[in-house]
Amino acid sequence: MSTIAQKKGFGATLWDYLTTVDHKKIAHLYLIAGGFFFLVGGLEALFIRIQLLKPNNDFVSAGFFNEILTMHGTTMIFLAAMPLVFAFMNAIMPLQIGARDVAFPFLNALGFWLFLFGGIFLNLSWFMGGAPDAGWTSYASLSITSEGHGIDFYALGLQIAGLGTLIGGINFLVTIINMRAPGMTYMRMPMFTWTTFIVSALILFAFPPLTVGLFLMTFDRMFGANFFDAAMGGNTIIWEHFFWIFGHPEVYILILPAFGIFSEIFAIFSRKRLFGYSSMVFATVLIGFLGFMVWAHHMFTTGLGPIANSIFAVATMAIAVPTGIKIFNWLFTMWGGSIRFTTPMLWAIAFIPSFIMGGVTGVMLGSASQDYQYHDTYFVVAHFHYVIVGGVVFALFAGAHLYWPKMFGTMLNEFLGKITFVLFFVGFHMTFFIQHFLGLWGMPRRVFTYLPGQGFETSNVISSIGAFLMAAGVIVLLVNVVITSVKNEKVGNDPWEDGRTLEWALPSPPPYYNFKQLPLVRGLDAYWLEKMDGKKGMTPAEPIGDIHMPNNSFIPFTISLGLFIAAFGAMFHGDEGNTWGVPVLIFGLLFTLGSMFVRSIKDDHGYHIPKKELLDDKDLGGKA
Amino acid sequence: MKRLAKWRLVSLFALVSLILSACSGQPHLSTLQPAGEVAQKQYDLMVLSTVIMLAVMAVVAVIFVVVLVKFRRKDDKIPKQVEGNHALEIIWTVIPILLILIISVPTVVSIFKFADVDAMERKNEDGTVDATVVNVRASLYWWEFEYPNEGIVTSQELVVPTDEKVYFNLIASDVKHSFWIPAVGGKMDNNTENVNKFWLEFDSEHVDPNELFQGRCAELCGPSHALMDFKAKALPRAEYDQWVSDMKNVEEAEVATTDLAQQGQEIFNQSCIGCHAVTPSNGTPAEARLAPNLTNFGERSIIAGYLENNEENLKDWLKDPETFKPGNKMTDTYGKLTPEQLDALTAYLMGLKVQD
Repeated sequence: MSTIAQKKGFGATLWDYLTTVDHKKIAHLYLIAGGFFFLVGGLEALFIRIQLLKPNNDFVSAGFFNEILTMHGTTMIFLAAMPLVFAFMNAIMPLQIGARDVAFPFLNALGFWLFLFGGIFLNLSWFMGGAPDAGWTSYASLSITSEGHGIDFYALGLQIAGLGTLIGGINFLVTIINMRAPGMTYMRMPMFTWTTFIVSALILFAFPPLTVGLFLMTFDRMFGANFFDAAMGGNTIIWEHFFWIFGHPEVYILILPAFGIFSEIFAIFSRKRLFGYSSMVFATVLIGFLGFMVWAHHMFTTGLGPIANSIFAVATMAIAVPTGIKIFNWLFTMWGGSIRFTTPMLWAIAFIPSFIMGGVTGVMLGSASQDYQYHDTYFVVAHFHYVIVGGVVFALFAGAHLYWPKMFGTMLNEFLGKITFVLFFVGFHMTFFIQHFLGLWGMPRRVFTYLPGQGFETSNVISSIGAFLMAAGVIVLLVNVVITSVKNEKVGNDPWEDGRTLEWALPSPPPYYNFKQLPLVRGLDAYWLEKMDGKKGMTPAEPIGDIHMPNNSFIPFTISLGLFIAAFGAMFHGDEGNTWGVPVLIFGLLFTLGSMFVRSIKDDHGYHIPKKELLDDKDLGGKA
Repeated sequence: MKRLAKWRLVSLFALVSLILSACSGQPHLSTLQPAGEVAQKQYDLMVLSTVIMLAVMAVVAVIFVVVLVKFRRKDDKIPKQVEGNHALEIIWTVIPILLILIISVPTVVSIFKFADVDAMERKNEDGTVDATVVNVRASLYWWEFEYPNEGIVTSQELVVPTDEKVYFNLIASDVKHSFWIPAVGGKMDNNTENVNKFWLEFDSEHVDPNELFQGRCAELCGPSHALMDFKAKALPRAEYDQWVSDMKNVEEAEVATTDLAQQGQEIFNQSCIGCHAVTPSNGTPAEARLAPNLTNFGERSIIAGYLENNEENLKDWLKDPETFKPGNKMTDTYGKLTPEQLDALTAYLMGLKVQD
């Protein structure tokens, strides 16, 4: 398939990607879109660090700084980290369980286009009167009084993007429950698949509160509904609860797949089975469960009272236990192993100390009476960047290097990869370690400037230099991607040579139907077991037969486009003298509903790849 | 042996304290230089948890280094595939649970201690309250401090007695803010819909008469959030009482003494008094007080919460508040001031003093 794709013209390739329902191509889309937003968010981070380089700096104005910090947080969480995690889930999870695609390929595409249109909508705010400026948490009292349309962009954009995420989560859940290959029991699933599974369940329960909260906020701002207006009997604390009941699990939605990716890496490059697999699964489930029990630790200073604070404090600290279990399991996976220091492994090894730093400050923050000091200071900023960058972003870089051959059929340059690693790793610790102390010394977070003479100057300079080192690391990675794509040296099934799970039994990239014959799974690390038995590939679980495939469809794009258009109408219709708002809103919604109607009445049974075509290909895995 | 272990622990604590104090920030500002009971307890908890966490990290670090040194790939052998180890897994589940419990107990005890504000309500037989209570009202971007038991109001510079608990009622008038005096104790939010209560204590031994405690807003509240600072002045009980009675003595707006200041007062009474009160006992309901009370402005150390209080800064501020606090509510509420008017206003405002 890939060779055919190369012969296609640009237009045909574009059309292919606009209509694709193939999980591997959707993964590419997520990777490209998420990567783009990651660069945008990174640029915003650099603006923040330039502004804070010296006291009383006037690189950006106070109001603009608030827009930048809001968009940095929102972009990085919703538009960069989530889709990049989704990219790997899409690319790898179906292969790991031995499936030909996800359960609902159409919905998979719909989820992506909703996310993309939501993200574009949110970022258009920069060019249409100003971005949201109430922080990524968008606390109600500030956000409902915020002037202009910034917060509307936030509420509507995240609503659309969040819908896509929810659809994606449900899709993965159904896929993992229903589409595992013969023999792939739950307790034989690779760790990354397990984390995908738990994360999808978290998405299912965490996103509805966000949806509700965003709707209430939209109603408040567009129709004066007063849900959050204290003067009218509303309550802003409710927003904090809505947001964090979503927001805390969201953190685990990001970090658990990171744990999954690292679990794969430690096993592969130590040539050893994951230590304590069942306790890893248990710990993952427990983290997911506890993740819903601790949201109020973001609100210790809100005034919930000592009983609530105590309960949430102890529950929060309890999360350290399953997380600790994981850390030790990883260490003992390497213990007695045969460690090879590839780029993904370097990220994984660096992740352990970095993430522990974030973990221990997490316990300190969880201890509520200390948190009264840390809350809303740079200490918190340092903490969550240690877990999100030191955990999630490290995992994304590691995953990019690890799975690049599986996704694109060619290896990223190891030397450049290691340069990226060194630059980013050093820059990361330089940027954020010192911020713990800035917080303790009395620097609140989200400040556009600070006054001279408080002892903050040197530390902020160090922090800003670190940020530029990270940026340099990312640029090297981009160069690496370009060089690799131009060279395009194809690799075989198992380019790291020590692949353990099913995806490494397939060609790189896999054929569009993944498995010519569904594999028979005989245990954990299915492919490794076969290799150890001296076999070249998986034992098939079925004879070669016709393969049923879904047709490509442009409808996911049009459904999402309709909502995108409708959002503009919804947002501007309340402006003075606006006449086009309502018609545009109606047109957009009709466009979406019409697309859904077409999808419903049009019979689309997909097509079959005839058995004959499959038999022509000698390679057992499929044709590459 | 036991003794040795104890000494090790003590020296570890000492080391952590040393590290924390070596880079401990500025005395009137940093949480690492606690100047009150609340901050001290929080600091002690920080040290305790830091010690425990360093111990955990040390264990991990040892395993980590051994692994990386000992188990590098040397040959092409396939290592033994180990499933797990129950004994080890139980150890690293139980020990963290114990460590968490060690932190949990003092945490919960202090949560309840910090939330104990019963004394605020405890009334004597004659209906008076012994506790020092301050109502803190946060507005974009300034702080009002009302002493309900004394019937006085001041702004921007909090005055409190040392070595006793001072109780706070916190509320916000527009958007959410958060009240924080880092050196004295952790913060609490000023919500828009409910009053939060907590207490702080200011140690006399840490009071530096030349450097007031730095207070600030810790919750993003708009463009000038970063500049929503205030000062806290802690006085020995006797001096505090004196300040209170001096404030109480101001029953009517003081009449300016010099000609220039009198001109200034006229301007003030035309343009400013609609929002700014100059008597400490103003009868305006709290919600309707639109701007900082200026009764003792001439004695405060700061203008607009963060600028040093001198004539030059005051004139600059009056000329164009927007450049100093973007998004503030004072900009454009009065006409352009001529240099003469600025001189007069400055003379008047600088003369607003209650302690002679």
